[in-house]
Amino acid sequence: MTELTPLRILLSIMGIMVTISINAMLLVWLERKVAGHMQYRRGPMEVGFHGILQTVADGIKLLSKQLLIPDSVDRPLYILAPIVSLVPIFVAIMPIPFSENLQIWELNIGLLLVIALGLLNTLGILLAGWGSNNKYALLGGARAVAQILAYKIPLLLCVLTIIMLAGSFSLRDIALAQEGLWYAVVQPLCFIIYIITITLETNRSPFDFAEAESELVAGFHTEYSGMAFSLFFLAEYSYMFLASALAAILFLGGWSGPLLPGPVWFLLKLYAIIFLMMWFRWTFPRVRIDQMLNFGWKILLPLSLLNFLVTAGVLAL
Amino acid sequence: MSPSPRPPSYTLEELNEETFILNLGPQHPGTHGVLRVILHMDGEYITEADPILGYGHRMQEKIAESVTYTQMLPYMARMDYLGALPYNLAWVCAVEKLCGFEVPRRAEYIRVITSELSRISSHLLWYGAFLLDLGGFTPFLHAFADREKLLDLLESVTGSRLTYCYYRFGGVPTDIDEDFLTNTLKFVEHLRKSLPAYHDLVTGNVIFEQRTRTVGVILPFDACRYGVTGPVARASGFAYDVRRQEPYSAYPDFDFAIPVEEAGGCLARYLVRMREIEESLNIIEQAIHALPEGPIRSKVKKVIKPPKGEVAMAVETARGELVIHIVSDGGKIPYRVKFRVPSFSNLSIFARLARGQLLADALAILGSLDLVIPEIDR
Repeated sequence: MTELTPLRILLSIMGIMVTISINAMLLVWLERKVAGHMQYRRGPMEVGFHGILQTVADGIKLLSKQLLIPDSVDRPLYILAPIVSLVPIFVAIMPIPFSENLQIWELNIGLLLVIALGLLNTLGILLAGWGSNNKYALLGGARAVAQILAYKIPLLLCVLTIIMLAGSFSLRDIALAQEGLWYAVVQPLCFIIYIITITLETNRSPFDFAEAESELVAGFHTEYSGMAFSLFFLAEYSYMFLASALAAILFLGGWSGPLLPGPVWFLLKLYAIIFLMMWFRWTFPRVRIDQMLNFGWKILLPLSLLNFLVTAGVLAL
Repeated sequence: MSPSPRPPSYTLEELNEETFILNLGPQHPGTHGVLRVILHMDGEYITEADPILGYGHRMQEKIAESVTYTQMLPYMARMDYLGALPYNLAWVCAVEKLCGFEVPRRAEYIRVITSELSRISSHLLWYGAFLLDLGGFTPFLHAFADREKLLDLLESVTGSRLTYCYYRFGGVPTDIDEDFLTNTLKFVEHLRKSLPAYHDLVTGNVIFEQRTRTVGVILPFDACRYGVTGPVARASGFAYDVRRQEPYSAYPDFDFAIPVEEAGGCLARYLVRMREIEESLNIIEQAIHALPEGPIRSKVKKVIKPPKGEVAMAVETARGELVIHIVSDGGKIPYRVKFRVPSFSNLSIFARLARGQLLADALAILGSLDLVIPEIDR
């Protein structure tokens, strides 16, 4: 792999910007379409073919809105929050291999970097909740922090199991190690726990405690509007992209697949997982926060630990 | 415009204070209207809930004492706008009882059919809104798709879709036709087919069950003490339904069960309402098959002057027992009118149920009580 020169970094950041913007636009449109078809309606139909340009129109509207900062907020934190949510994405996408050769930065601890940076999303939510000086926002921020450990530990145990199987922290090596048999087949329990925990990590229904519109109005982004609000949206969909990309690499063999080129397979797998998350959102009611914590600590954690130990035992034999 | 003052800085002692006040409403997506609840919170737990009423107060009782009996008819639908026809029925039945008017059988049957359709439309809307409170969006639109068909039916006979003014003293103004009957039977079949899908989507869901089974349990003793009625009381084990206890209109002619649950929680209230939809479908089907021929309206004077006296009329609306008490001094205008509305009693138990619960549970309870705020405020 080539080394990271400043020019390469600049070009890749531009590339990532384009990728996550297009991804977010596509996902917002897809979400509305999925929701629509699950609810006996058609979703956006007016702008472009089947409303595909609707998100562009909405994006322009949000961009042209006044940046409104309420007087009562803690200004530095309030402004910082959406940026803190979004920026880690730029680094976290770098070690993701889109195909065997399409990767910005081959890093031997790529997986750890992606997971560590994924945690910063919660920091952005907490800053927004605290800085907004709004009780609903604060409750949303506090909920986001309260759930971290309950899902992060099972998530890490699952990832550790995969690392053990592949014998590497490098995302490229993990994908290459699945030639022939996907880890989703070898480790079905691990795959299920991973899907549940990334739904939690990306704050999506049925675990959208931090937003919970029927309880907390809009949760952590109650006081946000215009571009700041859309940055949160961009961050949410980018984290979905990232978490699903990781799922495709860890469990579904990354870019491997017959006939079609690697990146196409990779994106197909990635969007299939995103579709699954959308399916959850438009089917389930919201879990209560204490029930989720119980679920995390009492079911997910022992199961993933057991899975880890059994895998370790089998590998040792 | 000068900028609003910066928030005061807090001392450490003040920050150590453990409870805070959360103002839920009057504009909040979880309160379905202009209800305001002041919540004293300890973290996510509610230590005290204090509902504030009156944002939708329109002096309905005073209006009733200022207009003639006929002029009051359209106002009735403005109280419980989600299940308006039972309210219409209550007013016409009360005045008919006061004046001793005869009502033709066919008109009574038409009233029952349309009232039950109205009850179903209210329950369908509640089903969607309750799931919306629990964070599930899709059931809401599924229920609305079916409610749309139902509103089309009611529109074809009453002329309006939400605030009906269909019944008249001594009968109904327009007859129902064959089209309406066949379409209604079609709708009954359709809804019977789609109810299992509703249950598949929601009732068996483990998240839904966990959120509702042991939440907001109303003990029979409390149900009595707070005077809750309707599905809320029936979910606490009381088989109390005005349609059965004090039959009115043509209800004695029909064979229908009164769904009762013993558990008293949000899930019990949900199950009672879902079974009530089925029972209402049964009533509609029976009424259509046994619909008598004949006139739809008896001869009633244009200007109604009831004799001196008073009357109380109870009707089972979608939310519970509505009692209308009219005092007449023999004039064209009622001397005093009192509405005893079900949502008011059902709301009063909320403060008790919400104490010690999580915020998310409080909103589930509020949703399960099926409140219509303009009815409470009147």
